Amino acid sequence: MERVMMKGNEALAEGAIRAGCRFFFGYPITPQNEIPEYMARRMPEVNGVFLQAESEVSAINMIYGAGGAGARALTSSSSPGISLKQEGISYIAGAQVPCVVVNVARGGPGLGGLNPSQSDYFQATKGGGHGDYRLIVYAPGTGQEMVDLIGIAFDKAEQYRNPVMILSDAIMGQMMEPVILPEMQEIPADKAWATTGKKGRSKPNVINSLGIIGEDLEKINIELQAKYARIEAEEVRYEADGVDDADLIVVAYGTSSRVVRSAIALLREEGKKVGLFRPITLWPFPKQVLQELANKGKKFLVVEMSAGQLVEDVILAVNDRSKVEFFGKLNGTIPTVREVYEEIASLLRKGGAK
Amino acid sequence: MKKVFGYPHALSEKRTHYCPGCTHGIIHRLVAEAIDELGVEEKTIGVAPVGCAVLAYEYFNVDFQEAAHGRAPAVATGIKRVHPGAVVFAYQGDGDLASIGAAEIIHAAARGEKIAVIFVNNAVYGMTGGQMAPTTLPGQKTTTSPYGRDTATVGYPIRVCELLATLDGPSYLARVSVHDPQHIIKAGQAIRKAFEMQIAGQGFALVEVLSSCPTNWGMTPVNALQWVKDKMIPYYPLGVFRSPEEVTSHDA
Repeated sequence: MERVMMKGNEALAEGAIRAGCRFFFGYPITPQNEIPEYMARRMPEVNGVFLQAESEVSAINMIYGAGGAGARALTSSSSPGISLKQEGISYIAGAQVPCVVVNVARGGPGLGGLNPSQSDYFQATKGGGHGDYRLIVYAPGTGQEMVDLIGIAFDKAEQYRNPVMILSDAIMGQMMEPVILPEMQEIPADKAWATTGKKGRSKPNVINSLGIIGEDLEKINIELQAKYARIEAEEVRYEADGVDDADLIVVAYGTSSRVVRSAIALLREEGKKVGLFRPITLWPFPKQVLQELANKGKKFLVVEMSAGQLVEDVILAVNDRSKVEFFGKLNGTIPTVREVYEEIASLLRKGGAK
Repeated sequence: MKKVFGYPHALSEKRTHYCPGCTHGIIHRLVAEAIDELGVEEKTIGVAPVGCAVLAYEYFNVDFQEAAHGRAPAVATGIKRVHPGAVVFAYQGDGDLASIGAAEIIHAAARGEKIAVIFVNNAVYGMTGGQMAPTTLPGQKTTTSPYGRDTATVGYPIRVCELLATLDGPSYLARVSVHDPQHIIKAGQAIRKAFEMQIAGQGFALVEVLSSCPTNWGMTPVNALQWVKDKMIPYYPLGVFRSPEEVTSHDA
């Protein structure tokens, strides 16, 4: 176990390699370039493959090929590039191929800007591409989680044969923090279902998402939905910090959760009862836990760097049992600790909380 | 008695969905024969396209991955990089390869990706019902060029082999036809050569096969084959546009 100082993007890249990823396909776009650049240097050292694709569209399809062939394969991009990958992500979900896609998100819509943003939450958690499908979506909140969650992402992708997304952003990707790197794993590309060549198997393996007969497609979708239900039951992750005695719980993930944590620390010093609830899986969403907290009479504030996307899932989870307030910063800006502090303090005054 | 002709082992015995007179069946058989002759069925992985050959994975006895429209060369790249010892081929039509997948094929060729591509050019979108393709001939009528392809407004057909031959990456580029038995034999040799090159560890190989589509051309199968000979071959001349010999001399 080594402890090293790394940029988030590089920590994630090294974490992927330690988790047995030997195939990276990607295309340059800011602010994720540290990932392909790191992979270009590092992959030859571990007998892996780094290939700069001609487009995001090709990169995601190379992942589909490599994942279908049984390997741990990774691609990364940033918001506009992730939009381009949606076709491939839908095919990968339909064909039940494991792979990991990283979105180091920036502001949109359109060309947008290079600043960190959380406005791809809907795209990540509600589909993004065509058809009824789900991605497992992890939102790292620390450099260490960049390392840990990429490993978990590969394990879960294979366990469920499903694409997994890491939803990061420009701050998480660029910021340096100390991280502990795990031991190196080697994962052979020899899955029973993969396209390896028959090698004595009696039947060919076929990876596809075609269900040209209506009833066949319905059957595929029933199977997919059953899988998503298992994921919802088994894979929810979150952090609840100081929620038990809290009058107000602030819900935030990733970069915004770090600002919120600092603001809450200041309020706690003043004796204010405020807690942090941080979803680590954005899908499956920890709705059950939020519902239970709402039943206990807790009030909620959602803080995110968007016009309000996560807040919709919180409202759905709370389901009118409690009040849900929203504080958003639009693309291009990050909330300051002072702004969040003031917002919380003002809500506490209005709510009569001590 | 020596068996001189039989059903290729690499071809499944499933009845195909192809229209009467369509030459996909012949081309499938040529691919299967090449796999049999080279003894690589156990290590071959195919990539099926979107289009008429969308069900190709049903017709071959080898592992297969279905690609999105145009993306077969990228999918094949991913597979081949994971299993460099496997024989990986993509099977694509003209709309798939020369229109929506133009970027993927050009860059796979430019990289010298060690895959074989069977490119079936029948000058029309077959599966979707006969729309204009990137290879539709000038003046040719389709459902989206009902007055004939007007080059003044929609431009000209793409000659894929000639286009790819401008790149240094490809190792083998050939255009063949399957309109008569003599040409079918030559087509089979070209397909076999594309597979052989990959087994030998050489680079990108593409065989363009001029093919007929009686249904969407509105012709009898016999007239359609005649149309390949009379109309398509003059626009798409047969031949080898890049050969291993040339690659060697290029490198030297």
